Amino acid sequence: MATDVETRLDSRLTVGEKIPVKLVIPVIVIGAIIPFVLGGYATFQGTLIMIYAIAILGLNLLTGFNGQFSLGHSAFYAIGAYTAAILVYHLDWPVYVTIPIGGVVCFFAGFLFGLPALRLEGLYLALATFALGVAVPQILKSSHLEGLTGGVQGLDVFRPDVPAFLVDNFGLTMDQWWYLIVFVVMLLMFWVAWNLINSRTGRAMMAIRDNPIAARSMGVNASLYKSLTFGVSAFYTGIAGAMAAIIIEFVAPDSFTFQLSILLFIGMVVGGTTSIWGAVFGGMFILLIPNFAEEISTGLSYAIFGVILILVIYVMPSGFAGLVNLLRARIKKIM
Amino acid sequence: MDLFLQQILTGIANGAIYACLALAVVMIYQAIDHFNFAQGEMAMFSTYICWAMIAGGVPYWLAFFATIVVSFVGGLAIERIIFKPLHNAPVLSHVVVFIGLIAIFNSSAGAIWDHNIKTFPSPFPSGSFGGLIGLHEVGMFFVTLILLLGIFCFFRFTRVGMAMQAAAANPDSAELVGIRVGWMLALGWGLAAAIGAVAGMMIAPIVFLDPNMMLGILLYGFAAAIVGGITSPGGAVAGGFLVGIIENLVGTYIPAIGSELKLTVALVLIVTVLLFKPNGLFGKTIVTRV
Amino acid sequence: MNTGRKLAITFAAVAAMGMAASSALADKMYGPGVTDDSIKLGNTMPYSGPAAAYGQIGKATAAYFDKINKENGGVNGRKIEFISLDDGYSPPKTKEQVRKLVEQDEVLLILESLGTPTNSAIHNYMNKKKVPQLFVATGATKWGDPENFPWTMGWQPSYQTEGKLFGAYIMENVQDPKVAILFQNDDYGKDYVHGLKEYLGDKADSIIVAEESFEVTDPTINSQMIKLKDSGANVFFNVSTPKFAAQAVKKFRELNWDAVFLNNSVSNSVGAVYKPAGLENSKGIISLMYYMDITDPANFDTEPYKKWSAFMDTYYPDGDKTSAFTAYGYLVGQTMEQVLKQAGDNLTRENVMKEAANLDLELDMMLPGIKIQTGPNDFFPIEAMMPVEFNGEKFNPLGKVVSVN
Repeated sequence: MATDVETRLDSRLTVGEKIPVKLVIPVIVIGAIIPFVLGGYATFQGTLIMIYAIAILGLNLLTGFNGQFSLGHSAFYAIGAYTAAILVYHLDWPVYVTIPIGGVVCFFAGFLFGLPALRLEGLYLALATFALGVAVPQILKSSHLEGLTGGVQGLDVFRPDVPAFLVDNFGLTMDQWWYLIVFVVMLLMFWVAWNLINSRTGRAMMAIRDNPIAARSMGVNASLYKSLTFGVSAFYTGIAGAMAAIIIEFVAPDSFTFQLSILLFIGMVVGGTTSIWGAVFGGMFILLIPNFAEEISTGLSYAIFGVILILVIYVMPSGFAGLVNLLRARIKKIM
Repeated sequence: MDLFLQQILTGIANGAIYACLALAVVMIYQAIDHFNFAQGEMAMFSTYICWAMIAGGVPYWLAFFATIVVSFVGGLAIERIIFKPLHNAPVLSHVVVFIGLIAIFNSSAGAIWDHNIKTFPSPFPSGSFGGLIGLHEVGMFFVTLILLLGIFCFFRFTRVGMAMQAAAANPDSAELVGIRVGWMLALGWGLAAAIGAVAGMMIAPIVFLDPNMMLGILLYGFAAAIVGGITSPGGAVAGGFLVGIIENLVGTYIPAIGSELKLTVALVLIVTVLLFKPNGLFGKTIVTRV
Repeated sequence: MNTGRKLAITFAAVAAMGMAASSALADKMYGPGVTDDSIKLGNTMPYSGPAAAYGQIGKATAAYFDKINKENGGVNGRKIEFISLDDGYSPPKTKEQVRKLVEQDEVLLILESLGTPTNSAIHNYMNKKKVPQLFVATGATKWGDPENFPWTMGWQPSYQTEGKLFGAYIMENVQDPKVAILFQNDDYGKDYVHGLKEYLGDKADSIIVAEESFEVTDPTINSQMIKLKDSGANVFFNVSTPKFAAQAVKKFRELNWDAVFLNNSVSNSVGAVYKPAGLENSKGIISLMYYMDITDPANFDTEPYKKWSAFMDTYYPDGDKTSAFTAYGYLVGQTMEQVLKQAGDNLTRENVMKEAANLDLELDMMLPGIKIQTGPNDFFPIEAMMPVEFNGEKFNPLGKVVSVN
């Protein structure tokens, strides 16, 4: 079942590739300007897109780069979100601190889940992770944990005001402030992912994906790498979840149903597996396309979303990043 | 003791639901070497077609068999129209297409037939054996066994069945010996859709028909198929009954868990089974070569 | 809840200002989303996903606004523009959609958004932004808290209230009661159980002999029913949505369980529950109602029913006339219409909220004696219900309207 996740991109497995600075800098500049140009609602949407992008990147590290199938990443998203919410609600911790903590808690959760998952491949792993995604909301609302998680009623998360000097000097609003925080976190996470993928570790991860037996025989400690990747992937998704809890200012088991796992999965494939920046496109897709489908028809919005999804796969079977890579290769050939 | 017996019987009744769907899951796995995540929604849609025919005055059995035929053709068409062009796309993309299909079937069923629950008739007499297990559940049990026998004979004794397995297991070699692999895939889809339709029509009288009828059941169906062994139709049926019974007993006799965490525990058990028997209880071991 | 108190004070001050303004006659005062000839109202509903059946409520309300726009030219000469968006019952999506409605579409208020977790996600936001969150379509108790959340108001009797009324019914009518409860494992199910327990007080532990929950993803509730019967209870209290309620009725009979069957109003519907489960099986079920049973043939000749039926045929022809949801949406539409009428030309958010808290309304489809009443300290519009027994065809009233107060 190792071929479950195939690579469609070039598998040169380069190490130490340089970040294309010329491309990245304009993107950063544009990204930083957006909240000052668009209104509060659009900024809020942009923030959500970036949060999804981080979660999708996390999933992609696991599935796209390491070949482990997961249909249960909503579980880690939920754990990250609840970690943040519980720390803020019960212990009055500063929200900013809860973001990395949400990630770390998820790292351990992911690593531990990754251990038994080692024995499972392909479909079996898909089922096990799917089960995790279904089980976590149930556990969250279980009467045993009600005192901690707020049970079915969920928990409110209060955000502190924007630091005064930023309001006074720049007139920064809550939406802009959090957009910028999420933006910086996202850049950081993407940069880390880039370095990880282009390192020896990244090479090992991909070798395990492409040919686990060969990788093992070449001395790669597949078990360790796979569990670690699970942890890192959960870390990314947990960071996203923690930030989502803060942005939405509320967590409830209904926010983290397995539909969320499926959305993240869609975002990953549509954005392009084995692509880092494709995650941003995936985030846009899962946030904006359902809204677009709804505008066409309210009753049939899911059906329209489904049709769009299938058409997108027709046009770009390897996702958006795959399409762009293909076009780039074509253009290079012509020139 | 009475409670114990009743829970076992209810477990078997629920198990029959899971087993029926698990058979459809195994069927398509034999054909395409992969799960069809849209299986549940396809079965739901087939059941609605049958319901609409019966509501329109068609006698039950006529509607029943007509639905099987329609579903077979529908399954065939989905493979030919939607999946054939994507033959070379990565498997992950296929999964996304399955998700697209789920959304399409679920949403259209709601739009066409609304979201209120519908009563679906049972072909078996109403009533029960002493309040212990309904006659419909018993009938369903036998329908599942008949399906199982049919599938077993199909793969074991017919040329088409064997060709289909060959096409799924080793498409290139199959092509070389003259099997039309593309059509085998389509045939597998058609058969799986037809079995799914039977499962849907058997399940609907118990749980009532609505667009989300299969939402919870499909997970159990997959679990049953995997626990039993995805390559083994008999294993899938056994897996279905096993999951049904375990789930009920755990919910009844472990107070800390109760009904609240019943599903969670069932899933943990399944994962545990997989850890010790990665190919399921009755599945064949697959050897991978470098 | 410091912010809450601050809000309450602001609200009082603003309300006083509003009063002053309305006395200055003919002065038109408009909040966001209002012009001389239109009023924009926002709403979120699960039109897709597992909770999509509730979407009918939003469609019925939209149809009602169509009707008054066409027949009366809207309210006080202003057409109602009802923008209803899909949130798929996902709290983050609700927040996104409501922010769109408030900040981009600039609606005057949010009306009848459905679901407890979804409304919880916007509860603070609405109160911080001071946008009315009116007549939320959920029965949680937290919507009636004017001191801390002066911008949020419920509509239907709260689930807890109904739970309490059932408690009262049990204590009055059943000798030596032993209660078994089946409930959906979410906020709605737990609120009912909570209400019942609150009413029973110290005796709750001895009277309630079994509680079983189920998940909406469970295929059947048969295992739970067997356990409940095994407890030897003589009262069965069913707190589940229509699909599972129908299963419960069927299984209840199949088990030959000799107990009083109490059914929550959420699935007290002939078309959606009793007919699928079998009318014969449903005989003797006791429930609480507050508006007319639209599936009862005895009502078909009454004026209110005819009016409603004509409305459905003209403005919501694909709507299900046997679903209580469509009547619900129609009634909430009427309540909103009344609030806007009372507000006159002073259509600021403050004044609309003030008028919402100043209702004394009898709607013709409500059962006799049940009114929609609110006040500055009473944010629970409907608090009374009528116990009824289903006789296989229709509901027979059992005694008088009851309320907890």
